[in-house]
Amino acid sequence: MRTIARVAGAIALAFAAGAAQAQSTLDAVQKKGFVQCGVNGGALAGFSAPDSKGVWKGIDVDVCRGIAAAVFGDANKVRYTPLTAQQRFTALQSGEIDVLSRNTTWTVTRDASLGINFAGVSYYDGQGFMVPKKLNVKSAKQLNGATVCVQPGTTTELNLADYFRANRMTFKPVVIETLPEVLNAYFSGRCDVFTTDVSGLVSTRGSRAPTPADHVILPEVISKEPLGPAVRHGDDKWFDIVKWSLFAMIEAEEMGLTSKNIEQQALGKDPAVQRFAGATGDIGKMLGLDNRWALNIIKQVGNYGESFEAHLKPLGFDRGINALWKDGGLMYAPPIR
Amino acid sequence: MKRSWFYQAGLLAAAGLVLWFFVSNTAQNLESRKIASGFGFLAREAGFEIGETTFLAYGAADTYLRALGVGLANTFRVALIGVVFATVLGTLIGLARLSSNWLVAKLAAVYVEVMRNIPLLVQLFFWYAIISENLPGPRDALSPLPGVFLSNRGIALPLPVAHAAYGWILGALVLGIAGAIGATLWARARQAATGAQLPSGWIGLGLALGLPLAVFHAFGAPLAWDTPELSGFNFTGGAALTPEFAALLGGLSIYTAAFIAEIVRAGVLAVDKGQFEAADSLGLPRRRAMRLVILPQALRLIVPPMTSQYLNLTKNSSLAVAIGYPDLVSIANTTMNQTGQAIEGIGIIMLVYLTISLSISACMNWYNARIALRGGAR
Repeated sequence: MRTIARVAGAIALAFAAGAAQAQSTLDAVQKKGFVQCGVNGGALAGFSAPDSKGVWKGIDVDVCRGIAAAVFGDANKVRYTPLTAQQRFTALQSGEIDVLSRNTTWTVTRDASLGINFAGVSYYDGQGFMVPKKLNVKSAKQLNGATVCVQPGTTTELNLADYFRANRMTFKPVVIETLPEVLNAYFSGRCDVFTTDVSGLVSTRGSRAPTPADHVILPEVISKEPLGPAVRHGDDKWFDIVKWSLFAMIEAEEMGLTSKNIEQQALGKDPAVQRFAGATGDIGKMLGLDNRWALNIIKQVGNYGESFEAHLKPLGFDRGINALWKDGGLMYAPPIR
Repeated sequence: MKRSWFYQAGLLAAAGLVLWFFVSNTAQNLESRKIASGFGFLAREAGFEIGETTFLAYGAADTYLRALGVGLANTFRVALIGVVFATVLGTLIGLARLSSNWLVAKLAAVYVEVMRNIPLLVQLFFWYAIISENLPGPRDALSPLPGVFLSNRGIALPLPVAHAAYGWILGALVLGIAGAIGATLWARARQAATGAQLPSGWIGLGLALGLPLAVFHAFGAPLAWDTPELSGFNFTGGAALTPEFAALLGGLSIYTAAFIAEIVRAGVLAVDKGQFEAADSLGLPRRRAMRLVILPQALRLIVPPMTSQYLNLTKNSSLAVAIGYPDLVSIANTTMNQTGQAIEGIGIIMLVYLTISLSISACMNWYNARIALRGGAR
């Protein structure tokens, strides 16, 4: 069935004539009236998962909503395509989605050979291991001979093999594509270890484990996993819009602008805020958008900090390296001027 | 005549044009989007591990080509064993459904209706869940026989330690089987000449089993077992059967057996009742009547649809992706995802399945031609 999706993608590539090139993504999006956004179909709480009413929530979803707010002035003009790790790049390449916002690691191989561009980092992550407490394992170095549950087609799968090779240890992978199925395998004891990005471990432990306290996350973080939105290669205008929509959320937090106060602040005298909100200057026009693009993002979606508080804090996430640069973290937006 | 040639040529040209459009358009789109293409990736290091391997040794440092080879070998393993299991089980169920015993016939009917009417994917999830959810962890594994351990990591079995004698025993087995075939042919010729019957089946069995046993004892019965032991997280030593393989093999065999049962039943029922009566009136015992009169006629009807079932089973084995068995499709999917070369990957999958399917078809067609009516118009 996954293969069907891939064949469909391949066929779409065969059919998509130069038309896709001639018409820019922005034009196409404006014409159809919504942004088609690829998100995690495994319902990864905190990043992208539908709530009890079927509304998609999470920081990956907020990136999509931010783009819609920038383009249409309405954050709700988004349609979501739930994707597995294996389907995501084909979906983006073939034009099925306009932007991929699905906790995807930015690597040079992906950037250079998949025909996609990463538009920044929305969450700095790293790969970790989760084990049942009763195994009494204290360090990843004790995992020699373990059976490890992992999802295919991820950087996780490659880092895992690298880590065990580098430490002269062996392991047995159990590779299952969908998140619910791979978690079932781990929670039922088919594997000793579940590995993915630490954010994924925290999220699934908090939202899926029968008893969260029965599972521990080992201290080792074995890789850098900067997660961010990606777009198709070759449409610089759309690339800019996605990139600066994300930066606007980070910049707003630094400037102290929130969904509650931005309209008030825009009336004030601070020239940087006035520029940001579109009261002066023509930054929006340069991007090919309404001049109030950033104001719309912050008013309707909130700044990066608000998004983090709303979606990740409740699951037990710390800001950690995802704090603003001035608070000792890595979140830094180039100046919006 | 001329006109028909003209149309044929036109059609061919149109088909070629459409094909050319797709190929060139795809290549152009790949190029303009800077998506890598070509088969150079096959020689690059794969970098991922594979849970179980058949025949081929594999490590993360090996190439994508070798990884795909491992996937193909895994597909073959499950398909070959699955075909054998499904045939045996299906034939038994099919004959059971014809049984005069009411209970046996009804049970077989229920089996067929239940199994062939539930989607295979659901059945695979079912068997996989049964194995991984209900069996205990390796530290408190069940041990039904000494040295055999049953846990949610699969079945761990003891394996005889290799010994120089085993090569000779294998040779004796081959010799024994050859002898059995010879004995059967000789008995058949003798019966044709003199009419006397020999219990050739028993003689053959004696040769095939007796010779290797004799060699085994001649070497002083060398038998040491490599028993699985719990060390660290899992069992090491001996042979292991993973839950993924077991679930896939069981699911495929049980599902396909339901279809095979119906084919066997249809084949036997299609043989004219007069044939049974004719065999009876010749005084043939029921078992010999079945073997010599009924089955050869039923087989002619059974073999062609059976070929379809074998092809189905092989192709259905690609559902392995869902439960984590590393078959060809699973490995190719991972490869495509890491290299981004979906078109090449899909091409490889299609080519391989086409080759396997055509080979199975060719074998079955050859067999079908062998058992078909001699001299019949074909």
